[in-house]
Amino acid sequence: MIGLEHYLTLAAMLFVLSIAGIIVNRRNLILLLMCIELMLLAVNYNFIAFSRYLGDETGQVFVFFILTVAAAEAAIGLAILVVLFRNRRSIAVQELNTLKG
Amino acid sequence: MYNYYLTIVLAPLAAAIIAGLAGKKIGRAGAHWVTIAGVGTACLLSLLVLKNLFWGGAEAENISVYTWAVTDGLHMEVGFLVDRLTALMMCVVTFVSLMVHIYTIGYMHDDPGYQRFFSYISLFTFAMLMLVMSNNFLQLFFGWEAVGLVSYLLIGFWYKKETAIFANLKAFLVNRVGDFGFILGIAGVVMFTGSLDYAEVFASADKVAAQNIEIFSGTPWNAMTVICILLFIGAMGKSAQAPLHVWLPDSMEGPTPISALIHAATMVTAGIFMVARMSPLFELSTAALGFVIIIGAITAFFMGLLGIVQNDIKRVVAYSTLSQLGYMTVALGASAYSAAIFHLMTHAFFKALLFLAAGSVIIAMHHEQDIRKMGGLKKYMPITYWTALIGSLALIGFPGSSGFFSKDLLIEAVKDSHWHESVLLGDQVTYWIAYLSVLLGVFVTALYSFRMFFLVFHGKERMSAETKSHLHETPAVVTVPLILLAIPSAIIGWFTADAVLFDGYFGDAIQVKAVHDVLADLDGSFWHGPAALVMHIYASPVFYLAALGVLTAWFLYLKRPDIPETIKTKFSGIYNLLDRKYYFDDLWIKGFAGGGRAMGQFLWKKGDELIIDGFIVNGTARTVGRLAGVMRQIQTGYLYTYAFAMIIGLTALLGWLIWVR
Repeated sequence: MIGLEHYLTLAAMLFVLSIAGIIVNRRNLILLLMCIELMLLAVNYNFIAFSRYLGDETGQVFVFFILTVAAAEAAIGLAILVVLFRNRRSIAVQELNTLKG
Repeated sequence: MYNYYLTIVLAPLAAAIIAGLAGKKIGRAGAHWVTIAGVGTACLLSLLVLKNLFWGGAEAENISVYTWAVTDGLHMEVGFLVDRLTALMMCVVTFVSLMVHIYTIGYMHDDPGYQRFFSYISLFTFAMLMLVMSNNFLQLFFGWEAVGLVSYLLIGFWYKKETAIFANLKAFLVNRVGDFGFILGIAGVVMFTGSLDYAEVFASADKVAAQNIEIFSGTPWNAMTVICILLFIGAMGKSAQAPLHVWLPDSMEGPTPISALIHAATMVTAGIFMVARMSPLFELSTAALGFVIIIGAITAFFMGLLGIVQNDIKRVVAYSTLSQLGYMTVALGASAYSAAIFHLMTHAFFKALLFLAAGSVIIAMHHEQDIRKMGGLKKYMPITYWTALIGSLALIGFPGSSGFFSKDLLIEAVKDSHWHESVLLGDQVTYWIAYLSVLLGVFVTALYSFRMFFLVFHGKERMSAETKSHLHETPAVVTVPLILLAIPSAIIGWFTADAVLFDGYFGDAIQVKAVHDVLADLDGSFWHGPAALVMHIYASPVFYLAALGVLTAWFLYLKRPDIPETIKTKFSGIYNLLDRKYYFDDLWIKGFAGGGRAMGQFLWKKGDELIIDGFIVNGTARTVGRLAGVMRQIQTGYLYTYAFAMIIGLTALLGWLIWVR
């Protein structure tokens, strides 16, 4: 029988994976955006799991909101990315350090 | 009389303002007419005041004109105290000033700063009148500082001349030293009496003399001694007594008329006047009188010696002024205040005369001041020659001249003073220092006066042929003041000696304790009228010393002019000592001024630049910068570093929430 803890474990694993993706990835900004999406999905898992577990549909409604927002965010993120690429001819994360002190 | 006093003071001030501010509009002639009118009015009214006081039997007046401020019961006022002492000073100041005004027309006639000069000398007359007519210490101090300021402006009148700027700054700074003492003295007066008014201060003088003051704890000093010595330090600055005399010879950088007006006849006598005015205070402190007499004796003798080696015609006269001021100071210290004021008066006439005569020579020589390049001027400038002769004779005390009466009686007063009558060893030492100084000073005075006189007017003509072809007597605006000053220099002693010194001319203006009153002792025993004094010159060493001085000068500088050169090389040590003015200039300039500069340099370099700028101001910035330099290492600019930091922070926060709380 698959219980709540299995879902939560899966969500946690996805979350940690995406964090690792953000930290370890030095090459590609697109990968970074994908990791953020993955992180949101991990959170969505948690919402759904708890919604089912507690018998409250509100959590699932929230998931729709998050998905919508995530889609919009991805659109904006990609747009920025295109502009960035046009300016610098590169999307490597390790070269984006203009904030360096 | 109230209106008279106001007019006397304000007429020169108004003239100074008009000549100074509207100088361009009224032109050169306008400037000298307005100032001469102002000072002339003051002079006439002063003579009138003197006449009223002396022959008219008018009483001394003490008037308060205006209350400036009242604080804690202390009245700060402008007021006039006009008694016979004041009236005499007013006449001397305004008369000499008037002569100098007239003379200036000739001396400065092609100077671009003509109007400015007239404005200054008129302003000076105003300041000096405020000083002598004051009835309180505050106004005295105002006049004191105002004459100092005008003197500064006038010494540096030729402000493009490097040496003049140096000299005026020097005069100003040395006077500051004296004024520091002076204002402390005034502070002492206020502290013990709670008043600035002369009359009130003199009334409570006895009470002050009974008190002690502990400046350094454990050593009580008599309050009156402290106050008097501090006041006298002010007088030392203004009246150029050793060791604060160094400014006066340098002040000869200014135009000659002001050397005559300020540095011979009036301003430098302010200190003498002040001590005479404060006689009720000084009489109560024998220690202060001892200080006064010693300083005066040192100045009288040693400054006279310096006159012998000077070659600048004005500097010789300047050192003679120092020496004569020393004489007056000695008289003050011997409680013969009247003798000091009498000598002040005669000295004002003959010294102004000598300075103006020197100026006349300088005009004729086309501003050459070195007496080694003069000689034989007698036949070119007869009026200057005879007036200068009268001035020199008065200076050395030729029998019958004004200087004879004042100096002879002054020396006699010192000889019989209370210092001589004391049995204490210290008093005897003081007495002999003072008496020998003034006595030997007579010889020195005669020597340097006639050295200058012979070198300028007699002997070989050493000037260049070009100068010689232009030599002629100076115009009437120069010679008339010379003649007008020569008259009192020659004869005023006959009329005034008896009245001023022995007939109680000063009345209550000068108060002398009975045991100190040497002039009263002389009256009858020594003094039998002016004619008798002239007849008895052979009885005193003064006459022989003066004659010896003149003879020595004649022998050394006319008969055998080679001898002085030999002496100079043989005794080069002494000559150098005199030529360097006893190294007093070095003491002040290198010692005090140099020390001040070194201290300033130290505080600037170490205190300001190193500690304040280096450690505190820039140090703070540098520390922040260094800290930031370490901190910025964290700011890599890479996204993943920030993300990592956020995760760590979030984890730590969550961990804290779960496990610790």
